[in-house]
Amino acid sequence: MSNTTFDAVEEFAEITSTRKTGKAPRPPRHRAYRHKGSGDFSRPTLGGLISRYVLLIIMLMIVVGPLVWQLSTSFKGPLDNIYQFPPNIVPRDPTVKNYAKVNDYVPVYLYAWHSLLIAGGSVLSNAVLSTFAGYALGCMRFRGKWIVFGILLSTMLLPGEVTITSQFLIIKNLGLADTLWGVFLPGAIGAMNVLLVATACRQIPKDMLDAATIDGATTWQRIRHMVWPNVKGMVSVVAIFSFIGAWDDFLWPLIVLTDPNKYTLTVGMAYLNGNFSADPRLIAAGTMIALIPVVLIFSLLQRFFFQGVQEGAVKG
Amino acid sequence: MRSHKWYTPWMLVAPAVIWVLVFALWPFINTIGLSFTNARPLLPGKFIGIDNYTRMFSDPQFGYALQTSLLYMVICVPLLTVLPLLLALLVEKTIPWIGFFRTTFYFPVIASVVVVALIWSWIFDSRGIINEALQTFGWIQKPIPFLVDRWWLLACAILLTVWKGLGYYMVVYLAALGGSGTKELHEAASLDGAGSFQRFLSVTIPSVRMAMVLIMALVAVSAIRVFTELQVLTNGTGGPGGQDMSIVMMIKNVGSGLTGNVGYASAISVFLFFLTLFPLLGIAFLNREKKDRAPKAPKARKAYTAKKVAA
Repeated sequence: MSNTTFDAVEEFAEITSTRKTGKAPRPPRHRAYRHKGSGDFSRPTLGGLISRYVLLIIMLMIVVGPLVWQLSTSFKGPLDNIYQFPPNIVPRDPTVKNYAKVNDYVPVYLYAWHSLLIAGGSVLSNAVLSTFAGYALGCMRFRGKWIVFGILLSTMLLPGEVTITSQFLIIKNLGLADTLWGVFLPGAIGAMNVLLVATACRQIPKDMLDAATIDGATTWQRIRHMVWPNVKGMVSVVAIFSFIGAWDDFLWPLIVLTDPNKYTLTVGMAYLNGNFSADPRLIAAGTMIALIPVVLIFSLLQRFFFQGVQEGAVKG
Repeated sequence: MRSHKWYTPWMLVAPAVIWVLVFALWPFINTIGLSFTNARPLLPGKFIGIDNYTRMFSDPQFGYALQTSLLYMVICVPLLTVLPLLLALLVEKTIPWIGFFRTTFYFPVIASVVVVALIWSWIFDSRGIINEALQTFGWIQKPIPFLVDRWWLLACAILLTVWKGLGYYMVVYLAALGGSGTKELHEAASLDGAGSFQRFLSVTIPSVRMAMVLIMALVAVSAIRVFTELQVLTNGTGGPGGQDMSIVMMIKNVGSGLTGNVGYASAISVFLFFLTLFPLLGIAFLNREKKDRAPKAPKARKAYTAKKVAA
């Protein structure tokens, strides 16, 4: 008899026995691998499982190795030889001074504050405005709706780099060149985000909204009490994407900002790397300041994140 | 039922529409217009016909940029189509700790390209870990000029693009692999005596075919648009003689600043736009066989359903 059947019998026995005795249900025993000949393809064989973990750990070293090494370099003091091979991951002369010293070359914490302002603003404006527009496109019937859809969809084909020269002319004509507002404005609302929220709004039962209207709810109340609870998940996805997109952006702030005192973190880091022959330890500290916030946000909200990548794969 | 005033939906969509018009569509039309002028940032410029375009094709700098961007695409597309699929198969099964692995494999994706490029430029440095390792083993006498030579630099940039992109496309593949019915297909193929490699070819690949086409197009478009990797690895110089400049780098260098040649930069931008359309046309071409969908027109739809029911 195949092992899967055994497992099933065991599980069934456990379920029935807990039902009789009324004890708290024990989680059913679950093996991480299958035996040869078993047809359950959701689990690998034992040999497969071991080689799988070996490969996973090799990949982990390739993927996370450079990041961990950079983290360790950022804590290395002057007595640590950062050029030696094999490299030591644990600093011999650990110090946190690099995080203060990097600020003597360029004001990284000011840059981080600028990045935070832009990313925070971008989260707010994208979350609010794409909820409004998404609700109108997903739930309301109005003339010209398909024109709006067409306008939004047409920008999907248009890479931002193509229009960047003219976009800068507009920002300059608005008098916003070399300001943080100029960096923030073009990304304040993304067409893709509106379309994502509109898709989520289409799932809301129409009868529910109609019932709310009959009960005298205004548009604002419908958005607040009916739409928002239903699209919260998608809006979180939009918010996370907006934050990371704005925090990581490089080309646009590089074009808009010319005064080194107004740089965002990414532009500032490239500036530090290019214009001062700074100690690699200091550059490592700077990159960690840029990396750690997004890693934290991602780790805390990863559930929404993966959902977002799967639903909005086209976002690129 | 009338639940709102006629202008309410328009007020709700107004910000989105205005933004798209002002910051995407109008700049695009303006770019096309400017590409036929000799505009500078401070003066509007005169109409000069297709001079910018003829200049573009005789400009050796543009030749290098086109070469770099196209080479980037040709190498990145196969690598980022195949490697993430293998990675997705590796993390597909729900074994203990798999969530941890999936999450960490995604870290490079959320990092800024600037951060990633700074980390890798330190690894590829003439005194960086790779050169130190090769010298310790005695395989090379003097450091390999990873960040100075044109082709080495391009190879390094591609390596870091692939390293950074793996996790993203892995997740796209994971979504496709989780599709319904694949488990039954695997079981059936196994009963028919197919080994795991055979199953990979005849079950896994066809089940992710659509995701694969999508990923190829996404990688192609983003590879043509490469900017940050090359900008940071070369400190904005574009490598030896500017030969590692990509098209976007060239747009940025030509068009920005007070002396920028906006007209010429616009012409290059228009060219870039048409270049990015090719992968999308490719998708449309590959999807054209999937004609077995219900037609939109009501009459044809009725006939279609009748045929389906009869069959």
